[in-house]
Amino acid sequence: MAAVSLTVNGKPVTADVDPRTLLVQLLRENLRLTGTHVGCDTSQCGACVVLVGGKAVKSCTVLALQLEGADVLTIEGLAAPDGPLHPMQEAFRENHGLQCGYCTPGMIMTAVDIVRRKGHELEDRTIREELEGNICRCTGYHNIVKAIAAGARAMRGTATATKAAE
Amino acid sequence: MTATGIGAAVRRKEDHRFITGKGHFTDDINRPGQAYAYFVRSPHAHATIKSVDAKAASKMPGVVAIFTGAEVAADKISGHICGWTVHSKDGSPMKAGPHPALAHGKVRYVGDEVAVVIADSYAQAKDAAEKVVVNYGVLPAVVDPKAAAKPGAPQLHDIAPNNTVFNWHLGDKAATDAAFASAAHVTKLDLVNNRVVPSAIEPRAAIGEYDSGTDSFTLYTTSQNPHAARLVLSAFAGVAPENKLRVIAPDIGGGFGSKIFIYAEETVCLWAAKKVGRPLKWTAERSESFLVDAHGRDHVTHAELALDASGKITGLRVHTIANLGAYPSLFWSSVPTYLYGPLMSGQYDIPSIYVEVDAVYTNTAPVDAVRGAGRPEATFVVERLVELAARETGRDPAAFRRANFITTFPHQTPVLFCYDAGDYGASLDKALALADYKGFAKRKRESAHHGKLRGIGFSTYIEACGLAPSQAVGSLGAGVGLWESAEVRVNPTGSVEVLTGSNTHGQGHETTFAQLVSQRLGIPIETVSIVHGDTDKVQFGMGTYGSRSGAVGMSAIVKALDKIEAKAKKVAAHLLEAAEGDIEFKDGKFGVAGTDKSVAWGDVTLNAYIAHKFSGQELEPGLKEGAFWDPTNFTFPAGCHICEVEVDPETGNTEIVAWTAVDDFGVVVNPMIVEGQVHGGIAHGVGQALCERAVYDKDGELVTGSLMDYCMPRADHLPALKVETTVTKCPSNPLGIKGCGEAGAIAAPAAVINAVTDAIGTEAIAMPATPAAVWAALKKSGRSVPHAA
Repeated sequence: MAAVSLTVNGKPVTADVDPRTLLVQLLRENLRLTGTHVGCDTSQCGACVVLVGGKAVKSCTVLALQLEGADVLTIEGLAAPDGPLHPMQEAFRENHGLQCGYCTPGMIMTAVDIVRRKGHELEDRTIREELEGNICRCTGYHNIVKAIAAGARAMRGTATATKAAE
Repeated sequence: MTATGIGAAVRRKEDHRFITGKGHFTDDINRPGQAYAYFVRSPHAHATIKSVDAKAASKMPGVVAIFTGAEVAADKISGHICGWTVHSKDGSPMKAGPHPALAHGKVRYVGDEVAVVIADSYAQAKDAAEKVVVNYGVLPAVVDPKAAAKPGAPQLHDIAPNNTVFNWHLGDKAATDAAFASAAHVTKLDLVNNRVVPSAIEPRAAIGEYDSGTDSFTLYTTSQNPHAARLVLSAFAGVAPENKLRVIAPDIGGGFGSKIFIYAEETVCLWAAKKVGRPLKWTAERSESFLVDAHGRDHVTHAELALDASGKITGLRVHTIANLGAYPSLFWSSVPTYLYGPLMSGQYDIPSIYVEVDAVYTNTAPVDAVRGAGRPEATFVVERLVELAARETGRDPAAFRRANFITTFPHQTPVLFCYDAGDYGASLDKALALADYKGFAKRKRESAHHGKLRGIGFSTYIEACGLAPSQAVGSLGAGVGLWESAEVRVNPTGSVEVLTGSNTHGQGHETTFAQLVSQRLGIPIETVSIVHGDTDKVQFGMGTYGSRSGAVGMSAIVKALDKIEAKAKKVAAHLLEAAEGDIEFKDGKFGVAGTDKSVAWGDVTLNAYIAHKFSGQELEPGLKEGAFWDPTNFTFPAGCHICEVEVDPETGNTEIVAWTAVDDFGVVVNPMIVEGQVHGGIAHGVGQALCERAVYDKDGELVTGSLMDYCMPRADHLPALKVETTVTKCPSNPLGIKGCGEAGAIAAPAAVINAVTDAIGTEAIAMPATPAAVWAALKKSGRSVPHAA
């Protein structure tokens, strides 16, 4: 076992883990943050995407021990507790960008990262290309693309967008 | 229409938990003291099991127990069943071989469960499984369905000579042959319907738990139908008596058919939880999902269409070899038979049809229902044939279809179904306008101008949904009825819980079912809760598949609401001191006809429980009613999908540049959700048409065993989709609903391939039309340079 200390959703966390423990296992099993999902074993589906230092990372593809000192944001930490939803969460709800909800946390976290890199006015084609690493079997992507475009616009000027851009 | 009633695009009640990471999927659940299961699977497609040596494995850290098929058999745990007995032409029942929960004596496909290793952690179980030594006697395998049926092929099951499960047929052979004998033109087509992997993004998972104090079991599982799981696990597998087994299906991350069935892992986790005295958890890795979740499709078909000189279709005959994999599965036999043959009339008035299906075992994963289940396969046959016939006889594909449409209803087809309502011309017209069909020639020229081959493809599909009238399916071999149940529990405060046997796994029942109740009772949608997925709460139900939850599940709720209203009127009559027959219920108020006297919903519900205003001997206190709804007919959603593609002749890459769908789903409860279902279905069908294919090598190894090898459609495989509806009310249920969940997957493959073949000018292309396949077809046809039309 080995110790790792990091920040998750703004809170300091220390855990003793088997060295082969993946970040997603640390989040789901040790911290009981089960909003981050596992959909595959080859880093294709993107259900496990979280933000590490503001950047999208597939948490199934990084060891927990590599995250020493890192700042991790999961779907549970995207909106302030008791505060309003994050604009991207709201956009997924408003645009019916989810059906079964399993890929959704990864989609939303990826979307926030797309906005950080590509800005607030996103063309459909850009969004579709940027979603290469996220698979959804339910929605046919149509409403996810709509949701991300709307969420990107709604994020203009919000705290998350500003923080991410820094 | 009210703001939250039927027809309103109400935002989903269930979304909040999913967008905040607070959903409860099976793998999110942990039980105190739980151990973990990992399954040792056969690496061989066909072998005898000579011995299993678990000595070294059992000494590995954390190992609790290791069980093999011998222990399962010793405890008399039976295997999986097929719930539908299909009969061959000669009247003999299908040859269903045994499917033990853990393989015993023999393995029949790669992935077959041989042993289960139980340990304190998942990693320990997986590590120890590496040390289990299985001594196999490898046998020759057969994966090709045509080869499997030939004499001398490796035999999978003693009960099934030549690996033949059944030789089934439907329709009038003599009449159909006569139509072909007198035909002016015959169109012939050989096609392969590619094997697909269902690939819900949530892998299957199970937690078995045994309470020795009450001698009772609980199973948490990723199921589209927990009630059927409970019935099968008790009555057939013999794991636990039905009254001692609770099955909970929490949030389910998509199913697409694969989570209807009962598999080895759920059975073994439940059984072994008692053996080891601890809750037992198993979660599939994606590579396991590829190996053992039931696959779909996998047909080899020869089909022919007979036309008279005027272009009227006079006959259709089809011969299909269906690959059913290595073992029976729950709906297995019904998919290539009763969910396939009866769809062969499509939207067309065809006087004679004859369908033959030879079903065979091969050393591959079992093949069962995947989104559409039989109907995509039928639609692909019919719509490819019709398109090809139009091309061969120089007719416009839209006009050719229209000239052969059924136009009067009810319409009895020659293959069992009686279509109750539809207007196929209306959906075609609307789709032609939305797709700007008239402008296609110009767009094709423009594409040619920059070196691209443009094509357009139609699919005017029909499906049979609302599964299904119990007596009718029983007469065809189904082992169960396909009704649905509902229980409406009205609380004293007037809020309502609806318990339903329909089991949502992404379809939005918590919203649409609440819309129905909100409108009917005139109460806010927030005060309506939909309860499902727990056999301790919902007494029994038949689950969600076959686009049945609206047409069947909601009809059961309507029936229960009728009873609620009748009972509430009795209570209101006492409160209003009026005759029961004079009570009217409207907008959430009970009034007395011809007066301004009324009493609110909440007053009636409260008084139903307080029971002071009426005699408890004359009228039972409380307000709770249940109902079972058995459909009177299948429902027949139909529509027109038009796909437009551009093919790059240099690379063979196909880009879908436009998609128009006009579907008739009858009455639409929530257009936002219906459109979402259509989008998802189209993507599923596009995946099958352009990129998805499960491939086994000749030894039965699954070559496409991960998402790196099996191509799921991504966002950039698809354009924005134009999705609209036309409406003919379904006369066979109280709400007029037909169902929408599978339409896209049924319509799409034919539309795509019709468009691709139109673009490249050759019919010689099989699904999936990958860039390599299209490029090769173009090379072979010698038509690699676009020509301005």
